Amino acid sequence: MITKTIIKSGEYYDSVTLLEVAQGLLELDGIQDAAVVMGTPANKGILKDADLLTPDAQAASADDLVIAVRAEDEEIAAVAIAKADELLTASRTPKQESGMAPQPKTMAAAVQQLDGANIVLISVAGRYAGGVAREALQRGLHVFLFSDNVSLEDEIALKKLGREKGLLVMGPDAGTAIINGVALGFADDVIHGPVGVVAASGTGLQSVTSGLSRMGVGITQAIGTGGRDLKVAVGGIMMLEGLKALQADPDTKVLLLVSKPPAPEVAAKVLEQLKASDKPAVVCFLGGDPEMIKAAGGVPAVTLEEAAYLAAAVAKGESPDAALRQLAARDADLQQQAESLRGKLNDTQKYFRGLFTGGTFCYETQLILRDMLSSPVQSNAPVDKKLRMADSNVSEGHVAVDLGEDEFTVGRLHPMIDPTLRNRRILHEAKDPETAIIFLDVVLGYGVHPDPAGAAVEAIKEAQAMLEQEGREVLFIASVCGTEGDPQDVLAQEAKLEEAGVIVLPSNAAATKLAGYILK
Amino acid sequence: MAIQDLFGQPLKAVNIGLEDFAKSLESQGAEVVHVDWRPPLEGYVELTHTKDGIDIDEANAEALQRIRKGRPLLVGMGIAKDVVPGMEDRMLLHAGPPIEWERMCGPMRGAVMGAIVYEGWAETYEEAEKMAASGEIKFDPCHHHHLVGPMAGVTSPSMPVFIVKNETFGNLSYATQNEGLGRVLRYGAYGDDVLERLRWMEKELYPALKRALEVTGPIDLRSILAQALHMGDEGHNRNRAATSLLLRQISPAVIETSPKEVAIAVLKFIDSNDHFFLNLSMAALKAMVEPAEGIAGSTVITVMARNGTDFGIRVASMPDRWFTAPAPIVKGLWLPGYSEEDANPDIGDSSITETVGCGGFAMAAAPAIVRFVGGSASLALSVTQEMYQITVGEHEFFTVPVLNFRGTPLGIDVRKVMASGILPFINTGVAHKKPGIGMVGAGLVRAPKKCFEDAFAALVEAFS
Repeated sequence: MITKTIIKSGEYYDSVTLLEVAQGLLELDGIQDAAVVMGTPANKGILKDADLLTPDAQAASADDLVIAVRAEDEEIAAVAIAKADELLTASRTPKQESGMAPQPKTMAAAVQQLDGANIVLISVAGRYAGGVAREALQRGLHVFLFSDNVSLEDEIALKKLGREKGLLVMGPDAGTAIINGVALGFADDVIHGPVGVVAASGTGLQSVTSGLSRMGVGITQAIGTGGRDLKVAVGGIMMLEGLKALQADPDTKVLLLVSKPPAPEVAAKVLEQLKASDKPAVVCFLGGDPEMIKAAGGVPAVTLEEAAYLAAAVAKGESPDAALRQLAARDADLQQQAESLRGKLNDTQKYFRGLFTGGTFCYETQLILRDMLSSPVQSNAPVDKKLRMADSNVSEGHVAVDLGEDEFTVGRLHPMIDPTLRNRRILHEAKDPETAIIFLDVVLGYGVHPDPAGAAVEAIKEAQAMLEQEGREVLFIASVCGTEGDPQDVLAQEAKLEEAGVIVLPSNAAATKLAGYILK
Repeated sequence: MAIQDLFGQPLKAVNIGLEDFAKSLESQGAEVVHVDWRPPLEGYVELTHTKDGIDIDEANAEALQRIRKGRPLLVGMGIAKDVVPGMEDRMLLHAGPPIEWERMCGPMRGAVMGAIVYEGWAETYEEAEKMAASGEIKFDPCHHHHLVGPMAGVTSPSMPVFIVKNETFGNLSYATQNEGLGRVLRYGAYGDDVLERLRWMEKELYPALKRALEVTGPIDLRSILAQALHMGDEGHNRNRAATSLLLRQISPAVIETSPKEVAIAVLKFIDSNDHFFLNLSMAALKAMVEPAEGIAGSTVITVMARNGTDFGIRVASMPDRWFTAPAPIVKGLWLPGYSEEDANPDIGDSSITETVGCGGFAMAAAPAIVRFVGGSASLALSVTQEMYQITVGEHEFFTVPVLNFRGTPLGIDVRKVMASGILPFINTGVAHKKPGIGMVGAGLVRAPKKCFEDAFAALVEAFS
């Protein structure tokens, strides 16, 4: 084995392109490992962990491109490096259209080319994202800031500037938004209707909008604020501004707010703002206090599913209580279903193993199981800090693993795009004799994997074959977040899972409750 | 403006970062333009005002306006020592930022040796070399004397020069007569053949042109350049049209004022040298840009020049400072028998053309240039389009037919170079790295980023 690195000084590529190039190298015969990264300190750490950090790579600067391979011999290494060049060149080859309007390289040029531009989507590396967002705001453009690793100070400054200029600052770390019917980031194809959504959670936003859509109720806008918006330091600036805009919007008849529990003083501000209009509001502060919401005249929702149900009922002019009764009846059915499923497990199979791609689903599941199970659920993104997993890679007892957390995504694509990591973990959990339930969220929409159910089924089938030989069964429970209009089609995805013997529920909350009843 | 004003409008998005997001928007039928973004250069910060409160955008607009208003006229000719300000005996002017003999590249040394023998300060080239190394000769950049020289740019006291006057502002600039291609002094070639040509240019070409100019009166160089851009020139590496236009204007006067044999020789010489107009193009653009020098708060580049060792730039608001970096190697097409190994790093003041919106910046006007510098015709278009992203504005008189007569990109803003990471493109010829040989190829090169990073750091320091 030899390790070879090539440094290309001053060549910048975005991280997704580089990951794709590295993937291309790994597919070559005789290549044991490969990395193609910019020479940032964080990336050097990754190289070091992979034993690819040669002195050359160590000396590279953040503006240098580092290609590192470990190959069987010199010749194969040379082939891989040539292949990297080829793939990088291909990624840069501009679209040959008329030649009259080449791809702009600056925001200024893009704005000149696109007459009437009104929004900028930003997904560059975090250390540059703040500057790009500021430029967009100064040009009078709304901002959808997908990038993470933007400092809190930058976030506050950007949101203040946005507020001053009457512009949206969605993010940083905003996964999803739907503006004027267009899905930004990882978002679903939902129908148009009367509900206006503001959410400080990407998966939360996806869940309620697609849930509404499946009930035949559409949305006007779904504004994502980024997860830190409701922290004291930011003060909920964008949730407040988004809420005000929806209150002023004549098409929006029902308001729907989604977030993890805000800081109390921020929650108070947001709920106070609700009173500024007489539009009915459903508020889902996951794990938060419902009384505070009621006091402000809002309708509290405990789960994302409930939030969608309640908002749909309000939009249709039906009673929220009827919607809640409907859900309660469904839950009773789940309890019965659980009785029959429990019989498939043997005595050593005791534990819940949740493998999540959506952070808010992971959070919601922990909240629901907290009240249902006698032993605690540990997580790498725990609701209760005391329940943090000692090692994200090792499951002990009940666990809910958020595979979108940093320890899993540094140097690789998000699990909603790249299913490799979760598939590996599915097999791993299936091998554990204590595993009773392997629990999955399957998230559809624009920007995510073209067939996430199909990808998961591959691993599930492999696990089932192994389990069959051992003469035991593990219960696979999943929910699919998406719509029929999505490129993947929610019905087709659900069918694919069911065909493989997966128990498919219409929501993450319902699926969690079923799991909870089984393990009670 | 309020957020809800966006609601109901067709979404028109600019996408910066992951291209998949742009594709997703496209598939939903939304209008989207994807930006081929790259990070800013090292040390970039937002810079809008000087510490005295000068608005940099306004200062740059003023710089742009002055350059655009300039009207360079060829008003006459003279001998360098008589007309070029600050020209002294035993002084040689050279291209690019200041440099001493020890650090001079091969072609620069060759041209210096040739010029010393041409001036008669030494008998042989060996003597000339010793003299150059002894410190007896004073070396000074052409740019310090309102003069511009292509390639080595070596200009000695006895050489004839064109005199260009910017009629709008009254400032003057200078350049020597172009020798043609092949074994020529500016490419570092020296020898009897080279000096013989230079002497003929001094004794016969210069007097003939001077006489002719007295008959024609001032020749409007801006007008010739503007027309040439519509005829496939870019004013740096392709000057065929401009040379032809000049020839049309002066031929009758040359014939009128010179004996027949001289007139034939002069007109044949100009006709056989497609680059004859290059030196005039450079002097004209130098005359246009100088009035922008000294504008407080301006971040516009007024000089980009190379001496074959260093690449240097100067900025309008600090006109006396050079910001230098090692001169880059040009990627290009090589003349038969030569390769990149023979190439000297980038050299010459001719990048004044790019500095003032011609050359590489006007490449879209000259798609045929790619036969000379390499690449495809669409490259010519995209180079110009890219350069708009680092300039303050556009030329008024120099326009590009294929871009719907849009003005060429003008006024490189250091801040925009820093923010976008886009470095200026230069079309250029390449000299052999050894003295005495000459041209080996031509191609495209980008200005080195260090010059801009250093200039920007100095601006930040001066402004805050």
